[in-house]
Amino acid sequence: MPHDTEAPTDKLVPATEVPAARAPLDAAVETQQDLSAEINGLADAYARARKDGAPAEIQPRLDYPPYRSSILRHPTKSLHHADPETIELFSPAFGHQDVHALESDLTIQHNGDPQGERIIVAGKVLDGDGRPVAGQLVEIWQANASGRYMHKRDQHPAPLDPNFTGIGRCITGPDGSYRFTTIKPGAYPWKNHLNAWRPAHIHFSLFGTEFTQRIITQMYFPGDQLFPLDPIYQTIVDQDARDRLVANYDHDLTGPEWALGYNWDIVLTGPKRTWTENEALGTAGDDSE
Amino acid sequence: MSNPITQLVPTPGQTVGPFYGYALPFEKDNELLAPGLAGSIRLSGTVYDGAGETVPDAILEIWQPDADGRIVQRTGSLRRDGYTFTGWGRSAVGYSGVFTFTTVDPGPTSPGAAPFISVAIFARGLTNRLFTRIYLPENEEALARDPLLASLEPERRRTLLARRDPDGGLTWDVRLQGEGETVFLDFQ
Repeated sequence: MPHDTEAPTDKLVPATEVPAARAPLDAAVETQQDLSAEINGLADAYARARKDGAPAEIQPRLDYPPYRSSILRHPTKSLHHADPETIELFSPAFGHQDVHALESDLTIQHNGDPQGERIIVAGKVLDGDGRPVAGQLVEIWQANASGRYMHKRDQHPAPLDPNFTGIGRCITGPDGSYRFTTIKPGAYPWKNHLNAWRPAHIHFSLFGTEFTQRIITQMYFPGDQLFPLDPIYQTIVDQDARDRLVANYDHDLTGPEWALGYNWDIVLTGPKRTWTENEALGTAGDDSE
Repeated sequence: MSNPITQLVPTPGQTVGPFYGYALPFEKDNELLAPGLAGSIRLSGTVYDGAGETVPDAILEIWQPDADGRIVQRTGSLRRDGYTFTGWGRSAVGYSGVFTFTTVDPGPTSPGAAPFISVAIFARGLTNRLFTRIYLPENEEALARDPLLASLEPERRRTLLARRDPDGGLTWDVRLQGEGETVFLDFQ
């Protein structure tokens, strides 16, 4: 069954099952109208709270019921504040022995050219002070041009592309830059509700200089009509915060006779350590730069 | 308490989704040490959701000091040579929700400190990664002194302590929600 199905998630669809018959057989009977009403209700409540002085929410809500899979998988207790210690103030090290330079080109991993629109996705990884985060592992994965992952549980009846796996890695340069050549992924259906479709996206995995900066996120493409309908994108209730996941079309990055360019910068968690009064007065210990 | 430097706003996280399984896992990703090597232990556990069901599509990462408490900064996690301890590993849960690492007991990073393993948890349905810690069950004195553990109610504190198995391994379960919900951390 396609995509982000509700339990049992691991059930493989027998090859003999008629894909066209899948929609009425599953639990996804709620309509987009139902879901949009919930999404809009939460958005309105957030807008009211902002008006009353609530701070902007810059991260997704862990508790976001319109994304049905989150209902039983979000902690109900508040995250417990901890000052990062020792190991958490460092990050694992990755280097060129871990990643080959060619792994950043997702279009050359097989004997032929993949189907679809070739794109370049590039940008910088920065910390909260705007400093480049160099020498860090960036991993991406994505569906192919027709919206299908090279994954056995993805049974969306769209063609697999024998020339596209959809996995890439690179190490950021001294200026924090990363660059991938790939194929624009397609939108795809999933089972959150009837006629649920994910906006096209590329999954990004990033480390940082401290383990507390570890992040996995999704990069979206500008102008996608599915944004307001998608419960996963909408888990970020603040429009400005959501916008941070949308790449910019970049004509300077676009390669003549070759590929369209998208620019997307990523900012890892900003001030990591809580500044104490003592540190502010200049007795800070290990601000090694 | 205010930070005088203008800060950029961080990029939000998103769920890892269901299909990381062909992208994030790699050969020996969960073997920080080759199994059977002197000092190696098994660290395993199960990820549960709020209904007590096992979660089949979660992925965990651990990051820890070596047995002597040193924070190593060595590359080679993605291409293990079998000898270099890099301190970092990744394990996707199996269909039964179970993850397994081969690693070493972390040492104390300073004299008398309670050793712990840092953990990041990703899953379909989890809108952003969660951080937590796995503490070794030994050395009650060090555990009692630990600032994080000391700040928790006993019942919640327990969720961060691994169990020592008869074979020397460690068992530690993740409960995303509900009774015995694991303590997850916010470092901001």
